[in-house]
Amino acid sequence: MVKQFRTASEGRQEKTAPENAQRRAFLRYAGISVASTVLVVSSCKSDDTALAPAPAGRAAKLGDIIRLGTGDVAVLNYAYALEQLEAAFYIEVVKAGTLMGDEMKYFTDIRDHEIAHREFFKSALGSAAIPALTPDFSMVDFKNRASIIQTAMTFEDLGVAAYNGAGKFIKNPDYLVLAGKIVSVEARHAAYIRDLFIRNNFSNTADPMYGLDLAKAPGEVLSMADPYIQEHIDINGSGLIG
Amino acid sequence: MNVFHIFDDIASFDADVYDRFDTRRKVMRQFARVGRKLTAASLPVALGTMFQKAYGQVPSQVLDVLNFALTQELLEIEVYTTGYRSVTFPDMESKQAIEIVIDHEHKHAKFLQDTIRALGGAPIPKPKFDVTGGFGSGNGPFKDAYRDFLFFLGTVQVFEDTGVRAYKGQAPRLIGTGDVLTGALKIHSMEARHAAKLREMRKKYAGAPVKPWITFNEPGLGDKNALVMKNYMGEENTKQAGIEITNINGMPIEPNDASESFDEPLTKEQVLDIIRPFLVM
Repeated sequence: MVKQFRTASEGRQEKTAPENAQRRAFLRYAGISVASTVLVVSSCKSDDTALAPAPAGRAAKLGDIIRLGTGDVAVLNYAYALEQLEAAFYIEVVKAGTLMGDEMKYFTDIRDHEIAHREFFKSALGSAAIPALTPDFSMVDFKNRASIIQTAMTFEDLGVAAYNGAGKFIKNPDYLVLAGKIVSVEARHAAYIRDLFIRNNFSNTADPMYGLDLAKAPGEVLSMADPYIQEHIDINGSGLIG
Repeated sequence: MNVFHIFDDIASFDADVYDRFDTRRKVMRQFARVGRKLTAASLPVALGTMFQKAYGQVPSQVLDVLNFALTQELLEIEVYTTGYRSVTFPDMESKQAIEIVIDHEHKHAKFLQDTIRALGGAPIPKPKFDVTGGFGSGNGPFKDAYRDFLFFLGTVQVFEDTGVRAYKGQAPRLIGTGDVLTGALKIHSMEARHAAKLREMRKKYAGAPVKPWITFNEPGLGDKNALVMKNYMGEENTKQAGIEITNINGMPIEPNDASESFDEPLTKEQVLDIIRPFLVM
């Protein structure tokens, strides 16, 4: 049954051969068992009929409730959601052309990093991936440098706090290292952007007692990200509460 | 943080955790007294009390990771404070930036020491260091870093980038330790913030060809690159979990972006190999 299910879902997505090969390589690398592939079911919208998974990359619709799946898949989908948001933001920033010189050059780098993260999770999750989210940046003025930098700072600090807070939910050591590979790049972005705002503000997220960075629980992160996403991400049943 | 969740974290690697404490109810009563929310300050003590009562000892691997991290923090503190006292800063902003980082490194060492003690272990005493990287000769290749501000900046950039890699490599050994892992991750991203700042300072003051993020395995130290190749070896990776990031899914992601967008870990052996010249045996 599982085998039929996977074949059907892969057929529907009309993935190219190299994409499928990459996904298989990842699943092999990550040690995902056939059993966890079935988790695709729980990452579907709640009103989906039968076992039809939401094909990766399908645009979500306004008001959709997005479920992340469970276990490590939920953590990866959680990261995928945040990376989608970040990538969409920097794509708009670069498109707007408000920033100049080195700032524009670095924000273009950051855009490409976030697209790389987004596409990595999309490929890695394959048919278990949540759909493409619809961002809502109506409160950002992309013609205003301060508005861009303020929002970028919020997103980068939130990203760092999100990965730091999600680490303890990850069971697979390879995923934990992957999250680590990404979070330190987000922290580099955050430090750079904070210093644009106020000089020597790069590490002001540190707590006064131990100099530790932020960590936030997924529920808190998603409630902060919620105003920027038209869909609603529901973590009930994902195992990411705690 | 909520103390009640610590038990669930522990239960994820020790199903009998509740049996080890007299009864769940008694433990809950005990912690109800200190309140549901623990501050960062009281975390190590609370953790330690629980671990000691429940296990008598903490898995030695956890203490090993924390002491390994402590060794690196102590070395960083020695390098930073030696340089801070001896180099000439070009302006107040650069001096203040180094002060901020030194302050954090002291606090990270304190966090590791408090956590190790709270878990019933013994923090390693400060080893004797040779900040010149001369195996105790005091005449190593980094000797001039303590006379030359720009060489000093380059040196601490390398230490921070390496620290990020070291914490990343150790994280899997802390799986199942809940808030101990979270603490290590919080230090890890703070080190990355430091690294980004130092790289920006190197660009500003030395005109160094570096960005806040690491491109391929380039140290950006010019004629000093050969000294630190091991610190950056592997950072050029563009393939993650078997997936090529360059041009991923048809996106215009170039190889340099692909390498920058993921930082790479170092194993404990690689880190020890790198820091050995700074230890006096």
